[in-house]
Amino acid sequence: MDRPIRVLVAKPGLDGHDRGAKVIARALRDAGMEVIYTGLRQTPEQIVASAIQEDVDVVALSILSGAHNHLFPKVVELLKAEGAEDILIIGGGVIPEDDIPELKKAGIEEVFTPGTPTTTTIEFIKNNLKK
Amino acid sequence: MLILDLVKKLLEGDKRACARAITKAENNEKGALEILKEIYKYTGNAHIVGITGPPGGGKSTLTYRLSKELSDKGKKVGIIAIDPTSPFTGGSILGDRIRMNKLSTDPNVFIRSMGTRGHLGGLSKATYGAIKIFDAFGCDYIFIETVGVGQSEVDIVKTADTVVMVMVPGLGDDIQAIKAGIMEIADIFAINKSDLDGAERTTGEIKMMVEMDNSDKKPPILNVIASQNEGIEDLVKEIICHKEYLVSSGELEGKRTERLRSEIIDLVEQEIKSRIFNDRDIYNLLDNILKDVYNKEVDPYSAKDELFNAII
Repeated sequence: MDRPIRVLVAKPGLDGHDRGAKVIARALRDAGMEVIYTGLRQTPEQIVASAIQEDVDVVALSILSGAHNHLFPKVVELLKAEGAEDILIIGGGVIPEDDIPELKKAGIEEVFTPGTPTTTTIEFIKNNLKK
Repeated sequence: MLILDLVKKLLEGDKRACARAITKAENNEKGALEILKEIYKYTGNAHIVGITGPPGGGKSTLTYRLSKELSDKGKKVGIIAIDPTSPFTGGSILGDRIRMNKLSTDPNVFIRSMGTRGHLGGLSKATYGAIKIFDAFGCDYIFIETVGVGQSEVDIVKTADTVVMVMVPGLGDDIQAIKAGIMEIADIFAINKSDLDGAERTTGEIKMMVEMDNSDKKPPILNVIASQNEGIEDLVKEIICHKEYLVSSGELEGKRTERLRSEIIDLVEQEIKSRIFNDRDIYNLLDNILKDVYNKEVDPYSAKDELFNAII
């Protein structure tokens, strides 16, 4: 591909820590991607509006607060409502193994838990783009 | 989506169509030129405001406040926020939205982040296309937030109708203020973080510099604190005042005509360059001469003559 992959890295909900999101943002940058980082405490509505305006290929959600079962599917739903089904949605953070199947069913294509090498995430993005 | 459909939707104010059109222009995709040609006749209504200044000066926060103020007045605002692209990997972190998040869901505002993608001068190459797209999309104001600039990234002056130079206290003495380059391009000075120590001195130095200016329209100097929304209303007034001045003095037409001249020259240059260097024979000829130049058998200036003769 001769254009950079555009990724929105977003932290939904009331979550005060973004070290992980920044590490991912930096790793994706070093992999040649354009990373739009929107900072802490985003509502799903803000995330979706940003994804649409920025016309991103990927939305990467990071969450540590435990509200993933509510917030992740909400983002998927709102993106669908905008007709943006061609955006790849992935998630990461402190997420119990048991929750992952449901999240995938809801439309989160992959969930990366702590300790995942950033190269795994990068490869996944490169191999699963929908645009 | 077909190009004409996309253009139609863009003109109707559809956000997705606007986003897609900018992507196409940015990536120089098939159809991008068709879109830009098609929408050109619908452009010229937006007032283009450049927000420039050193990194960390508060450009994003200020752009957020100004856009909010205008949106509250019912104006439609487009923001192009530019951050640097890595010269090594081509990647970038576009972080200007962090300061503007509250505007993401504002129906009157559209924010687009862009990497410079190798373009010098403080803008990205696609800025010019994105401005036209925002204009046709129906924006009343388009803010272009440049990358953090140093002393000579002055492309914004060739792009914006009004340039707001964001200064902060404590960046240098009065010698900085009288140097050529970035300090010459401001239509308005906004001294941000004016609650910090040294704000008075910085204001004084810029005042002194402005007073030495011989032009009819001396740039106003405003003290603002963007993070606390202080001085923003006055700054918006100055922007509108400058806009009205440009129209009433006839300067706007001259400014925009000159901008078109340089845009067309740029386009021709790009076309010539790409035609020449995509030509296999020229490419091979250059390759061959290169060795001789390296071995000091030919100097670069004679090599230029040889290439030039082969081209014309």
